[in-house]
Amino acid sequence: MIAQSFQYESPGTIQEAISLLQKYGDDAKILSGGHSLLPMMKLRLASPEYLIDINNIPGLSHINEDNGVVKIGGLTRESEVEHSDLLKKYFPIFGDVTKLIADPQVRNRGTVGGNLAHGDAANDHPAVMMAVNATVMATGPDGEREIPIDEFFFGFYQTALQPTDILTEIRIPIPPKGTGSAYHKLERKVGDYATAGVAVQLTLDANGNCSNIGIGLTNVNPIPLRAARSEEVLKGKPLTEENIALAAQYASEDCSPSADLRGSVEYKRAMVGVLVKRMIHKAVERAKA
Amino acid sequence: MNKQITVTVNGTQHTLEVEPRLLLVHLIREVLNLTGTHIGCDTTSCGACTILMDGKSIKSCTVLAVQANGKAISTVEGLAPEGGPLHPLQEGFKENHGLHCGFCTPGMLMRATELLADNPNPTEEEIRWGISGNLCRCTGYNNIVKAIEYASAKMRGVPTASTEPEFV
Ligand SMILES: Cc1cc2nc3c(=O)[nH]c(=O)nc-3n(C[C@H](O)[C@H](O)[C@H](O)COP(=O)(O)OP(=O)(O)OC[C@H]3O[C@@H](n4cnc5c(N)ncnc54)[C@H](O)[C@@H]3O)c2cc1C
Ligand code: FES
Ligand code: FES
Repeated sequence: MIAQSFQYESPGTIQEAISLLQKYGDDAKILSGGHSLLPMMKLRLASPEYLIDINNIPGLSHINEDNGVVKIGGLTRESEVEHSDLLKKYFPIFGDVTKLIADPQVRNRGTVGGNLAHGDAANDHPAVMMAVNATVMATGPDGEREIPIDEFFFGFYQTALQPTDILTEIRIPIPPKGTGSAYHKLERKVGDYATAGVAVQLTLDANGNCSNIGIGLTNVNPIPLRAARSEEVLKGKPLTEENIALAAQYASEDCSPSADLRGSVEYKRAMVGVLVKRMIHKAVERAKA
Repeated sequence: MNKQITVTVNGTQHTLEVEPRLLLVHLIREVLNLTGTHIGCDTTSCGACTILMDGKSIKSCTVLAVQANGKAISTVEGLAPEGGPLHPLQEGFKENHGLHCGFCTPGMLMRATELLADNPNPTEEEIRWGISGNLCRCTGYNNIVKAIEYASAKMRGVPTASTEPEFV
């Protein structure tokens, strides 16, 4: 399958890329890993007239710690996230999620920035970024700005990014001691999108109560969803089986999955409930380790 | 508008004019006539088109030829020297019945090349996860896993043995 013709640009700096985006407006698309965009172009579901390839811009690919925050460059590949010792140390959830994103070859190309910028509720990083409370850095003609993850996803394939914005970095606050995180998705086979996926990060205080919790859901809602009611029922409370069951119930009620080959609405809701429980238990185990 | 690119494929440098929408797999197969790299699904699923770009295994049906500009590409044709001994992975596949029809084999070999470069002594589980982006319709995978274990041993200087084929 061959995409429709387009003009290819490969800028060497962010400024140059932004000027091209300004010049071509809606007719242009940014190309990073290309593992969502190129399949869509081959199927002619997307036919941009201009492709702005950001792969040759230095400085967009890194994972480092700075002043209580972990910074992940927008162009960082999934395989780099998968094997990062820094992320393993603070956020075991990234080890869980990357292993379940597609396959090794796709992870060698696909980027974290692209995974978020694509705005697809079926992708796995949105839920994880909600659980860890990430901030997205976007660079546009007026410079850099911060977009909290809760303000990033808008609608079906829509994000807060403007056509002239480049997602340059993701920033994640390093959580205090006593924090654990976990992600799992139910999939039919390797490389499949989630039937349902749940991301959890929680912190336990000295009394073993849950002082903070983030819960994100994958592919069970038209846009990536934070399970806010579930978080509320656990925040500041002891993690009793009763409370956890209530959190699981709220998450399965508050999402809005659609029936497809992966399962019925009822099945997906039930799986959200099961996964919320399991991921909370796994995160607690890790928080105590 | 065509773009000029320079790519090094199996050690040979080529400078070519390509249409931006040309896929890397078509450059390899149709422009450079290296037909060892296969197209199975054309939808990033099967792994038959796997090659190495700067040492990383990628699915060449989902990368543009222009994106290979300045890069080093390795395909199955470059694994062993012409007329020379087989690469340990090729030998492993031959000795352990790691292929039947052979359609998936070039992709499996290239993927396994990076797998062993990253992890010279993988466990069976690591091998299975490592080739999870490559589909094989014939072998049932068990003999492919053995073939990669054989190559791993051989490349580490551990004595190897051929196995009886396992049919599933
Ligand atoms: C076989 C297969 C299986 C997959 N399975 C999964 C899976 O299980 N889970 C999962 O989460 N994903 C999966 N994916 C998707 C994959 O993770 C993609 O790589 C990812 O969704 C997009 O990232 P990319 O870097 O490839 O972006 P691209 O495809 O290059 O771009 C995607 C979109 O985002 C825009 N964009 C990209 N980067 C930026 C940026 N820095 N700033 C602004 N806009 C940008 C592009 O213009 C485009 O609209 C799969 C893909 C394939 C092919
Ligand atoms: S042809 Fe590229 S993955 Fe199947
Ligand atoms: S040997 Fe036939 S597909 Fe693998």
